[in-house]
Amino acid sequence: MIAMLLAGGQGSRLGVLTARVAKPAVAFGGKYRIIDFPLSNCINSGIDTVGVLTQYQPLRLNTHIGIGIPWDLDRNIGGVTVLPPYEKSANSEWYTGTANAIYQNLTYIDSFNPDYVLILSGDHIYKMDYEVMLDFHKENHAEVTIATMPVPMEEASRFGIVITDETGKIQEFEEKPEVPSSNLASMGIYIFNWPLLRQALSELSDQPQCDFGKHIIPYCHDLEKPVYAYEFNGYWKDVGTLGSYWEANMELIDIIPEFNLYEEFWKIYTNSDIIPPQYISEQSIIERSIIGDGAEICGEVRNSVIGSGVTIGEGAIIRDSIIMKDVEIGAGCVIEKSIIAESAKIGERSTLGIGSDAANKIKPDVYSFGLVTIGEDTIIPADVLIGKNTAVSGITSREDYIDGMLESGETLIKAGEQL
Amino acid sequence: MRAVGIILAGGNNRKMKELTAKRATAAMPIAGSYRSIDFALSNMSNSHVQSVAVLTQYNTRSLNEHLNSSKWWDFGRKHGGLYVFTPTITNNNSDWYRGTADAIYQNIEFLKRCHEPYVIITSGDAVYKLDYNKVLEYHIAKKADITVVCKHLETGEDASRFGTVKLDEDMRIEEFEEKPMVAASNTVSTGVYIIRRRQLIDLIEHCASEDRYDFVNDILIRYKNLKNIYGYKIESYWSNISTVDAYYKTNMDFLKPEVRNYFFKQYPEVYSKVSDLPPAKYNPGAAVKNSLISSGCIINGMVENSVLFKKVFVGNNCVIKNSIILNDVYLGDNTYIENCIVESRDTIRANTRYVGEKEIKVVVERNERYGM
Repeated sequence: MIAMLLAGGQGSRLGVLTARVAKPAVAFGGKYRIIDFPLSNCINSGIDTVGVLTQYQPLRLNTHIGIGIPWDLDRNIGGVTVLPPYEKSANSEWYTGTANAIYQNLTYIDSFNPDYVLILSGDHIYKMDYEVMLDFHKENHAEVTIATMPVPMEEASRFGIVITDETGKIQEFEEKPEVPSSNLASMGIYIFNWPLLRQALSELSDQPQCDFGKHIIPYCHDLEKPVYAYEFNGYWKDVGTLGSYWEANMELIDIIPEFNLYEEFWKIYTNSDIIPPQYISEQSIIERSIIGDGAEICGEVRNSVIGSGVTIGEGAIIRDSIIMKDVEIGAGCVIEKSIIAESAKIGERSTLGIGSDAANKIKPDVYSFGLVTIGEDTIIPADVLIGKNTAVSGITSREDYIDGMLESGETLIKAGEQL
Repeated sequence: MRAVGIILAGGNNRKMKELTAKRATAAMPIAGSYRSIDFALSNMSNSHVQSVAVLTQYNTRSLNEHLNSSKWWDFGRKHGGLYVFTPTITNNNSDWYRGTADAIYQNIEFLKRCHEPYVIITSGDAVYKLDYNKVLEYHIAKKADITVVCKHLETGEDASRFGTVKLDEDMRIEEFEEKPMVAASNTVSTGVYIIRRRQLIDLIEHCASEDRYDFVNDILIRYKNLKNIYGYKIESYWSNISTVDAYYKTNMDFLKPEVRNYFFKQYPEVYSKVSDLPPAKYNPGAAVKNSLISSGCIINGMVENSVLFKKVFVGNNCVIKNSIILNDVYLGDNTYIENCIVESRDTIRANTRYVGEKEIKVVVERNERYGM
């Protein structure tokens, strides 16, 4: 079995966090990136051939994956291959949909001539043994198996829902139904018999924005091929929104987290270029937090996830926040419920996350949950106040803040930055 | 780089007490995330030395495990690479390495098959950063036969556990005493040498033909007046770890911002084998002051002025002061540890108390460990 990992999505609901990186390359849990989870699952499940399909802002993703050394995917045969869209003699196009991306790489899969192909997406946090799923697939003589998990009935309308018989065979699909008739949600993880998938992709090659959920699976179902639902009951988290991203990070801090990174079994691997230990100074207070390698902490940190190489100045107070790699936080800052992306610099004595709960004026559906979101490489001057449900990106100076304050609900994106 | 490297990592030092019971000094963990040999290896790699031989014989398991792949130090190359040589039985030899010169002699084939004109010899038990290219330039400019890298120790530091040297105005070594009873000079040899490869082969073969085995006594000291042996002084941080006190002090030095900055932040980097551990975790009850904490640690208690290596578990109400806790140690609840070095993979039972009274205590406690 070989795996195809879809990592081309932008993840626009993560706002400024994905302005310059694809969602799978967004940092998670102090030292990881989201794509580490499916990649580690692959190698832990014994899958050593993985094609990673990239499209949106792939630089960070490419450098992170490299030749796959951290995941032991640097192989003589197989290993990890990054597959970007490419020009063809006729009909060159971007990847227009999930299935279209696979279709454009038929030759890659054909070169391994696999029996089964596993389709994964690069934006979920979970530990899963794909081999167990494959056993299930074989046992049932299925031609397609969809990984599903039970979700609360009230949330079911956000997902693709499957309705199965008692053996797990799928009878019907509902895509984001108003009134769901089951609570088994598709996780976007599929195992296909390669001949069937190949046939479906070729047949539907003219389908615009060809998608697994919308086109390929219904196609297989209509052919009356056996399509099964594999029920997964472990931890699985879609980190598609800022709120769920923040929540999933915060869950790691629990004394015995539901999603435990400290188990010997099923390790999560990552490309960590920062080796030294972290230094905690005389004045610091740290509680209920996780902190990455090479960080230098001189302030107070509570309920937070701090990435590698972060510097926190004297007297700074960090609460309920996610601080990514190489961020510098000046002395005397107060930072509450914020997400600060990589290499940002926060000037001394600035305060983030105060004031009213006013909704964001431009993108209320993205910048909500009372979070302050700071983009990559952003610079925030000293002595400014930033309210809730805000986003800041780019090199800002004091003039950008009216009376030294960015009110709740405002968005400050400097010229040259994408919204 | 026009030199090959040799790292002498064979040794064990009785002054390290229990700490080297299970590993060679070169494999001693340093500064939370490193091992002693990483510094020499990173220097080699950063000086663009392509072939490096590590000569080792004492309890090599830990060292071999650390060196299981050369890619961490960027030696996974088509040309050259990292070679680990332990003593082997051959047609004309069945001895262990009887000394540093003998260790090189037994692997003389490695030297004979290289094409680089120079050899850099260093030990695996020192913490330092050095660009060997600079030393080589100096060596060539001085037309030296052998260049010895020297360090002037601060007053108060004990020079008598090193080879002490006395230099003339031209930096030529006038006197060289190995581990003198009373040190006449505060300038010591760091155990880093540069020498022409042909010259080294001749000296080593001649030495072996006289049944002499030690590089310092039988080559450096014996040839002192015959050959041009020069000293190259370094001013930067250099620390040898081969006593319990020196080992403790070297680790504690990393609590100083200037030392951390020099090794962790300034170019070039020190490389080490990557262990896939999650970030350190601070639970309620954690109170950490002026300490280094490595990845994989879970902290529920108090840690002060200490260095915690990887994957240390600190139980509830523990107090750790002025101590070094090596890799993968489990400290049960209410443990009190002060002025100690706790050996790696120890499991300390709850309510235990260890205090180093007059000197640093090395704690070795093996207990059954239950799943965490």
